[in-house]
Amino acid sequence: MRNNSTKLIFLAVLAIICILLYAFYDIKGGFDYAFPKRMMRIGAMVVTGVAISYSTVVFQTITHNRILTPSVMGLDSMYQVVQTLIYFFAGSLSIWVLNKYLNFGASIIAMVLFALILYRFLFRADKHPIYLLLLIGMILGTLLGSFVTFLQVLIDPLEYLSLQSRLFASFTKVNADLLYIAIGILFIAFIYGYRIMGKLDVMSLGRENAINLGINYDRMVMNILILSSVLIATSTALVGPITFFGLIVANLSYQYLVTYKHSVLILGASLISIIALVGGQFLVEHIFELRTTLSVIINFIGGIYFIYLLLKESRSAG
Amino acid sequence: MIELKGLTKLFGKKPVVEDVSVTIESGMITSFIGPNGAGKSTLLSMVSRLLDADTGEVLLDKESVKKWKSSEFSKRVSILKQANHINVRLTVRELVSFGRYPYSKGHLTAEDEKFVDQAIEYMNLTEMQDKFLDELSGGQRQRAFIAMVIAQDTDYILLDEPLNNLDMKHSVQIMKILRKLVDELGKTVVIVLHDINFASVYSDRIVALKNGKLVKNGPTHEIINSDALREIYDMDIPIQEQNGCRICVYFNSHTEAK
Ligand SMILES: Nc1ncnc2c1ncn2[C@@H]1O[C@H](COP(=O)(O)OP(=O)(O)OP(=O)(O)O)[C@@H](O)[C@H]1O
Ligand SMILES: [Mg+2]
Repeated sequence: MRNNSTKLIFLAVLAIICILLYAFYDIKGGFDYAFPKRMMRIGAMVVTGVAISYSTVVFQTITHNRILTPSVMGLDSMYQVVQTLIYFFAGSLSIWVLNKYLNFGASIIAMVLFALILYRFLFRADKHPIYLLLLIGMILGTLLGSFVTFLQVLIDPLEYLSLQSRLFASFTKVNADLLYIAIGILFIAFIYGYRIMGKLDVMSLGRENAINLGINYDRMVMNILILSSVLIATSTALVGPITFFGLIVANLSYQYLVTYKHSVLILGASLISIIALVGGQFLVEHIFELRTTLSVIINFIGGIYFIYLLLKESRSAG
Repeated sequence: MIELKGLTKLFGKKPVVEDVSVTIESGMITSFIGPNGAGKSTLLSMVSRLLDADTGEVLLDKESVKKWKSSEFSKRVSILKQANHINVRLTVRELVSFGRYPYSKGHLTAEDEKFVDQAIEYMNLTEMQDKFLDELSGGQRQRAFIAMVIAQDTDYILLDEPLNNLDMKHSVQIMKILRKLVDELGKTVVIVLHDINFASVYSDRIVALKNGKLVKNGPTHEIINSDALREIYDMDIPIQEQNGCRICVYFNSHTEAK
C-alpha cells in the first residue's frame, strides 16, 4: 500500500510538471494573451482525462473485463451520428449548431440514451461472452460510421468542412462556458463516486460475492452504467471523440498499481491521463510544431495497444 | 428462522426446483444431500437472493427476503457458492477482509481486524495470509473463501459443497469448526454435502432432494438408513455403526445403470 502511495505521488509530480511546462514554456512576450488560453486548454485536458479515466475504470469493473470501454462500444460513433444528423437536417447555421449549450446538451442526452438502450440489451442477467459483446460493439460502430459517411456525402461541401472540424477531437477550440458545465458535471460525479468507491471494490468480486456482501447489485450496475455514459458523453461533447484513450489509461493504471481499490485505480488512471494529454499536447505544439494532432497520435498508439491487449487476452484464454 | 415456502424455479420450461417447502431450524447444522443436478445449488441460491424464485418465497424472521434491505440481510445470512472465481488479484487477507464489508463498508475497525484474524486462524491460513489467491492450491483457496464467510459473522451460514478440493484432515477440521460455530456461538449452518458420511456424522438434520423435489426432510438418524438412501440415490447402501456414528459403506454398492 505504501508502495502505491509512492507511485501515486510520482504520477502526481509528473502531471504537475507537464502542466507547468505547458503553461509557462516559451511564453515570454504575449503572457496576457497566451496564458489564459493555455489555462483553458489545460482545463479541457484535465477534465477530459479525468472523465474518461473514471468512466472507463468503473465501466470495466461492472462488466468484468478490461478490453471493452464505452467508447469502443459505439458511444463515440453515436456522437458522430448526432452531429451529422444535425448538420444534415438543420444545417450549420441552425440554432442546433450555433447555440453551444443546445448542441452540447443534445449530444450528451443522445449518447446517454443510446448507451442505456444498448446496455439494457447487452448486459441482461444472461451473460454473453466478452468477444460477442466486442464484436457487436465493433459492428455497431462500423454501421453507425457508414451511416455517417453516407449522410456526409449528401451534405453540401462547405457544410461538410464545418462538420469535419467537430468530428475530430481537439483541445484547442474548447468553449469556456461548456468547460465550466463539464467541470460541474464532473464534480457531481465525484461526489457520487466518493460514496460508491467501497461498493465498486466489492462489485469487482463478481455478482454473487457482491450480493452476499449486501450490495444491491443489479441496481448499482444500472446506476454506474448511467454514471459512466454521462461522463464519456460529457467528455466527447466537450472535445470530440478519442476512442482508444480510456482503454490505454485504464489498463496502464491496472498494470502499474496492482490493486483492487478503485480510489487508487481511478486516481492513477486520471493522473496518467493528464500526463498523456498535457504532456502529449506540449510535444505536439512545441516539438512537432503542430504538424500532427494529439488525437491522431493517441488513436494510433491506442489502436496498437488495443490489438496487443486482444492478443494477450486470447493467449491467456486459450 | 428461515422458511422456504413452495419454491419453484424454472430454467426454460424445465422445473429444476419444484414446490419445495422446508423450515431451517435455528441453531443446527442442516445438510442438503442428493444426486448431481437435483437442484441443491439452485435452492441455496434462491435462499440467498442470488436467484429469484419463479413461485414461492423465502422468509427470514417471517419477512420475505425480497423485503429485506440488502445491507441488513448481509449481516444475517451469508453464502459460499460451489465455484468461486475472482477476476481481481487479491491476497488471502484482503479476501477475508471483504467478509467484514457489511459492517465496515470498507474501513476496517480494530474489531473487524479481530474477526479477520480469527477466521484466518480457524482456516489454518495464518502463514499464507499475505499470499495472492492465484498462488494457492485449490484447497487452500477454498479455505480462504470459507474464511471470508466466517469473518462475515452471520447468524445463518449457507455453504455449497465447501469440502470441494479439501483433503480429509481439512474436511474434518472444517466440519468441526462448523459444529463449534453452531454449538458455541449459536449459528445456523446449511451445507450441501456429497459425502453422506460427513452429513451423517456432523449434521443435526438432513434435507434430501432428487430431480428438483424434496424427498426427505428430518433428523439425521431418520435419513441415514438403507431404505431412505435407496429412495434418494437409487443405491443399496449398507450402514455400519462405528463409535456411535453411522457410516454408509457405499463404495462397492450395486448401482442401477440409468
Ligand atoms: N443457469 C442455468 N440455466 C439452465 N439450467 C440450469 C442452470 N443452473 C442449473 N441448471 C440446471 O438445474 C438443475 C439443478 O442444478 P443445480 O446446480 O441446482 O444442481 P445441484 O443439485 O447443485 O447439483 P450438483 O450436485 O452437481 O452441484 C440441473 O439440471 C442444471 O442443469
Ligand atoms: Mg450444486
